[in-house]
Amino acid sequence: MTWQGLITLSLGAILIENFVLVKFLGICPFIGVSKKLDTALGMSMAVVFVMTVSSAATWAVQEFLLVPLGVEYMGMVAFILVIAALVQLVEMFLQKIAPALHKALGVYLPLITTNCAILGVAIINAENGSGFFESVLFAFLSGVGFSLALLLFCSIRARLEFSEHPEAFEGFPIALVTAGLLALAFTGFSSIRIF
Amino acid sequence: MTQTMKQFKNGLLDQNPTLALMLGMCPALATTTTMTDAAGMGLTTTAVLICSNFAISALRRIIPEKIRIAAFITIIAGFVTIADTLLQAFAPSLSRSLGIFIPLIVVNCIVFARAEVFAFRNGVGRSVLDGLAMGMGFLMALLVVAGVREFLSAGTLFEFRILPEAVPTLPVMAQPPGGFLALGLALAVTQAVRSKRKARSAV
Repeated sequence: MTWQGLITLSLGAILIENFVLVKFLGICPFIGVSKKLDTALGMSMAVVFVMTVSSAATWAVQEFLLVPLGVEYMGMVAFILVIAALVQLVEMFLQKIAPALHKALGVYLPLITTNCAILGVAIINAENGSGFFESVLFAFLSGVGFSLALLLFCSIRARLEFSEHPEAFEGFPIALVTAGLLALAFTGFSSIRIF
Repeated sequence: MTQTMKQFKNGLLDQNPTLALMLGMCPALATTTTMTDAAGMGLTTTAVLICSNFAISALRRIIPEKIRIAAFITIIAGFVTIADTLLQAFAPSLSRSLGIFIPLIVVNCIVFARAEVFAFRNGVGRSVLDGLAMGMGFLMALLVVAGVREFLSAGTLFEFRILPEAVPTLPVMAQPPGGFLALGLALAVTQAVRSKRKARSAV
């Protein structure tokens, strides 16, 4: 891959086609764990990690199992099972090798199985027929994009606690409206022409 | 009969999966640019929900408690694959505009939550009814959000023109920020209505 391609892919995955704010993937953790900065950080790390590892695993499943057998239509079932098993494995592995990291990720690790961004990356890669390196890189960058959106949103939300707003907007509604404004800022990136 | 009515009231209002329980937010934002897309998404999810509730309820004595999560995922993924394939064959344009969000019904929290909370603990008939009621609640929420967005961004409903062409529209409502704004407003209205009802019953 050329360096121009690398830059286009990075900017595309992180800013222009941001997973949360433009593609609407992974909204549940985005809204759910954005109240405190340290939990948001834990979730971000868990997502980047699992997304990268699972894209490598699902690429292998697609390439060596589904395509040779001609059962690409079973992709969804295979991917979700691989991701669920992988998350379990990663959890046991981290518990043994890096207990500090395991503690930091805490409950977010098992929750990631049902994060649609993870399955989304696997399906997008399979549909595009991306190579191994490209798949893993795209997954990693998408994870970074997710983290960027989550951390930005979390910082804004911390201030929201002290702001005045109508009673009916308390909780989720005001959070969604805030996310809308953040998404509005991100649409500015969509008109960028890179090369 | 009264229990059936109660189930529908739960699904549509009191425990509306999207507007009250905040489940299935991704499709509620992503597939609500037009009412046609929203109806397609809502009906597909309802079909999957009814089938998965039926299968899980029928198998609830066979599935061991410990591996039930894996079993649910496999059953749901199977039905979603069927739905995806059928849509590609018979409604290719809908399948294209909903794109990745059809396969992602697998990880829709609503389907999973109903399997765990209801279908695994209740009879087949009740579970199918529950799938229908919850699916209708989800469909209703999607249509409300999509209605607001389509009306403001294009002046149409179900691609049927309501406002004259000359009236200026807000194209941003069809874009991602509009999704967040419309859903946020819909939730605010729901909360306002609920707190008013609570205040009235307290008096």
